[in-house]
Amino acid sequence: MANKLTISLSPHIHGGDSVKKNMYGVCLALLPALLCSFYFFGLGAVAVTAVSVASCIFFEWAIGKYMLRLPHPTVTDGSAILTGLLLAFNLPANIPLWIVVIGALFAIGVVKMTFGGLGCNLFNPALAGRAFLLISFPVQMTTWPTPNLPFLTIADAAIDGQTSATPLAVMKLVAKGEATINDLGTSITDMLMGNTGGCIGEVSALAIIIGLVYLLSRRIITWHIPVSILLTVFVFAGLMHLASPTAYVAPQYHLLSGGLLLGAVFMATDYVTSPMTPKGQIIYGVAIGLLTVVIRTWGAYPEGMSFAILIMNAFTPLINNYCKPQRFGERQAVAKEGGKK
Amino acid sequence: MKTFKIGGVHPAENKLSAAEPIKVAELPKIAVFPVSQHIGAPAKPVVQKGDKVKVGQVIAEAGGFVSAPIHSSVSGTVQKTDTVIDASGYKKTAIYISVEGDEWEPGIDRTTNLVTLADRPELTPKDIISKVQAAGIVGMGGACFPCHVKLSPPPGSKPEWVIINAVECEPYLTADHRLMLEHPDEILVGVTLLMKAVGVDKAFIGIENNKPDAIDLMTEKAKAYHGIEVVTLKVKYPQGGEKQLIDAVVGRQVPAPPALPVSVGAILQNVGTAFAIYEAVMKNKPLFERVVTVTGKSLAHPANLMVRMGTPMSQLIDACGGLPEDTGKVIGGGPMMGKALLDTEVPICKGSSGVLIMNDKESKRCQAENCIRCGKCVGACPMGLEPYLLSALAEHHDWDACEKEDIPSCIECGSCQFTCPSHRPLLDLIRMGKSTVMGIIRQRNAK
Repeated sequence: MANKLTISLSPHIHGGDSVKKNMYGVCLALLPALLCSFYFFGLGAVAVTAVSVASCIFFEWAIGKYMLRLPHPTVTDGSAILTGLLLAFNLPANIPLWIVVIGALFAIGVVKMTFGGLGCNLFNPALAGRAFLLISFPVQMTTWPTPNLPFLTIADAAIDGQTSATPLAVMKLVAKGEATINDLGTSITDMLMGNTGGCIGEVSALAIIIGLVYLLSRRIITWHIPVSILLTVFVFAGLMHLASPTAYVAPQYHLLSGGLLLGAVFMATDYVTSPMTPKGQIIYGVAIGLLTVVIRTWGAYPEGMSFAILIMNAFTPLINNYCKPQRFGERQAVAKEGGKK
Repeated sequence: MKTFKIGGVHPAENKLSAAEPIKVAELPKIAVFPVSQHIGAPAKPVVQKGDKVKVGQVIAEAGGFVSAPIHSSVSGTVQKTDTVIDASGYKKTAIYISVEGDEWEPGIDRTTNLVTLADRPELTPKDIISKVQAAGIVGMGGACFPCHVKLSPPPGSKPEWVIINAVECEPYLTADHRLMLEHPDEILVGVTLLMKAVGVDKAFIGIENNKPDAIDLMTEKAKAYHGIEVVTLKVKYPQGGEKQLIDAVVGRQVPAPPALPVSVGAILQNVGTAFAIYEAVMKNKPLFERVVTVTGKSLAHPANLMVRMGTPMSQLIDACGGLPEDTGKVIGGGPMMGKALLDTEVPICKGSSGVLIMNDKESKRCQAENCIRCGKCVGACPMGLEPYLLSALAEHHDWDACEKEDIPSCIECGSCQFTCPSHRPLLDLIRMGKSTVMGIIRQRNAK
């Protein structure tokens, strides 16, 4: 009998949380936005998403098995699917599919597996993949199909040339004085629902907010990062708008356009590349918000969200180093010393 | 509702035996008494092979101030002084007594009538503390720190309150809960003795709100005693940790070691200890029996048993329906901080609050994956530490960095490992780092 008992150190029970639950939980939270994109962009979005997810899974599996020779395959943990989905969300629906495969290779192969796989990467793989594609294929990456009747064929979306300037591109022209706010042509309601130009996953603000509510209710993420980003953008853009309403658009356009919501909810909250403590997360969120508005208004690219997040990813280790949680007893010690003086 | 401010988790409570009244366990055939059942110097055996002993007789005397005597829980003949593997997993010197009858020391009051402080006005604080010391009472929540040492705070410190730990935040365990339901007055008199011993006029009894019956009963009974207040606490682990409980009840945080709870004015005792103090002072009964919860999902009859010290755990398990077929692990204590046992012949000691049987499936850990840096361990740590960082530093043997990141503050509650989605052995590594760093600090101080 004696030798049959398991001996291990405490704790002897586990809360039941797992990497898989978190990863698939985020995938589930992406579902509303995914369905919206299928509705607005049709088969093009379906094809881009499918290719992106499939190639991310393939690269994760192949690199893990043949290059890293991992003892336990990591392909089932859900993180590759998530990277695939997020990468697709950051691409236009009419992008040539071979570019999607290159993006997936860069995201998984270079940004994630080179550093040791899940948990070891410095930058968000999907965003780094997007940034890589944006620099390498600027034309294909910024040709947006206009959402039209549901279920355009891939050929329609790609060849028809039904492309339009995104609200962000117009905003930039407004800031330069080359257009007026009336040229935006997109109503707040359209932006909320997703009836506007943009990447696959970023068009429907409402669907992303549903995802956010789900993530918060499952406690997969906390409010600190998304709220601090959104609030910062609203306040910063709001102050600029107050200073000069003709040069700078109203803050709600910033909040609802481009990848801001997608980034704040799904990209910046990536566990691996965001700070550990609430204090650090708020610093990180505020910085992302500021950088985004700065790049959007004065930078070379119309969209600043992805670059803002990538820049702050690089600062995450530094933030972790300086934003320690308050140790037990610290407040007491400070109060006592203060009292003595 | 009050609770501690930093971190914490909420494991499934699984209080299977909460409705089971305390039953008296059968006497063992042979009782085994390790001479080290407390923190501090081991006790020194004072009986020889062949000696006849009675229930309550001293068989090993305290080995110093920070130590406690051991009393026989049975009557019979001393068989031998040998070694035994106790719940800690280490071999210890132990006295074996073969049980014959049940003859108690004549001085012990075995009646159940309540004796209060009003009946014994002549008791001085000194009397109480020396009675407690002679009765071999140690902290019965599991830490086993000799009680009289806590009641003799270092000069210059000023106790303000007695705080009674009736939290029982470990899942499964119900021993303290049952004790409160069945012996509330004895406990309350024990609290008045503690208050008198340390010279304070205010005591709090902290109970988590998953025990509403105990809260109601204790609140009602406490009205008859001056200065005792029951504090209802939100259910959160590790609220029974002394620092967490003080924070929860009076909102003060004990600074980092070596500061003692009394540095913020609190004297902490477990509710079982308060009961033992009552029996020692008012009934002249040394500490030789305690309530033990025997529990587990596969166990036929989970129960709360009044057990004589030295009884092997196997006998208690048999009394509850026997070791189930699918047993994978037997734990001395609760599932969060208890120790897995090598076998079930381990004797019940002063700090044994429970015997928990886990099935095969529950006993195995999941495969550890890469840290995904989710920060959930940081959120769960009740000491405000960064378990992901400490475990990584310990894994790389970076002891200087471990010390800089306050590894000695870890209370080893296991909340980090409980919450880790990657199933990483965080606490294993932190324990290793902590004990190494503590050793380095001791060496440095010795120079």
